[in-house]
Amino acid sequence: MTIGLGHYLSVAAILFTFGVFGIFLNRKNVIIILMSIELILLAVNINLVAFSTHMGDITGQIFALLVLTVAAAEAAIGLAILVVFFRNRGTIAVEDINMMKG
Amino acid sequence: MTAAAVFFYLFACILVASAFMVIASKNPVHSVLYLILAFVNAAGLFVLMGAEFLAMILVVVYVGAVAVLFLFVVMMLDVDFAELKQGVLQYLPVGMLIGGIFLAELVMVVGSWAIGPGIPSAITAPIPAGVTNTEAIGLVLYTRYVYFFEVAGMILLVAMIGAIVLTLHHKARVKRQSISAQNARTPQMAMKVVKVRTGQGLGSNEISSKDAGSAA
Repeated sequence: MTIGLGHYLSVAAILFTFGVFGIFLNRKNVIIILMSIELILLAVNINLVAFSTHMGDITGQIFALLVLTVAAAEAAIGLAILVVFFRNRGTIAVEDINMMKG
Repeated sequence: MTAAAVFFYLFACILVASAFMVIASKNPVHSVLYLILAFVNAAGLFVLMGAEFLAMILVVVYVGAVAVLFLFVVMMLDVDFAELKQGVLQYLPVGMLIGGIFLAELVMVVGSWAIGPGIPSAITAPIPAGVTNTEAIGLVLYTRYVYFFEVAGMILLVAMIGAIVLTLHHKARVKRQSISAQNARTPQMAMKVVKVRTGQGLGSNEISSKDAGSAA
């Protein structure tokens, strides 16, 4: 049997679902939420590369590269904010982050 | 079953299992390590698809930088992670509901997708034959998408400056070198000539003022 586009899309769909599920499951731990976001972006990258190689268009891989860049920047900024928040408040529980009463 | 199929199922199964362990693991350090395993297996999938450059970039950027950053932060923060896991079962039903809805929708999309008839003619940058994957990306990235490339570099610069500005803080008790104060020192500020009388030595107030003068 040959491995086609549908197989890769299925893997990416399962990965995306685990990412969304992780955000809802770990409502208290910000670090796990950031890791779930990384999983979601990885699923998006798998989709982009799968379509790129299947259609023979290199643009999808360029976009995957840009998504990778933004994911790295997001992780760095998110973890920096997390460190500053922990230094000021002494906790990273999501339920305690309610200063702005949003 | 060909070797490609065997490796696809190997990478895909480990990828899905480690992604599940990222969100289900009790210890965040284990979560980060499972995240690294997931990224390595995704890189294997990229190699199978024929995107070798992105596979190597995934290993370098994610495993080498992002996952290690997560590992540093997890180990640096002194958090009682057992306490953070208390309310997991409380959110399990709504999480299952939302995740199930997402999965059902995605399965419906994946099960019945079709590429439109006009799509093959709309390809903007076809992969040239006879060149490697890295060269094909380079041919397009630095010509057609050069502005995207520069904006990506600008985003990384802003992220770097932002992370440094956010986390850098000066402690008040730490003594640091002040070069301007050092250069402004004159011999009159640093030394004091004291006339010592024979048999009397230096008085206690003379010593303390001399110490104060040398410290300043």
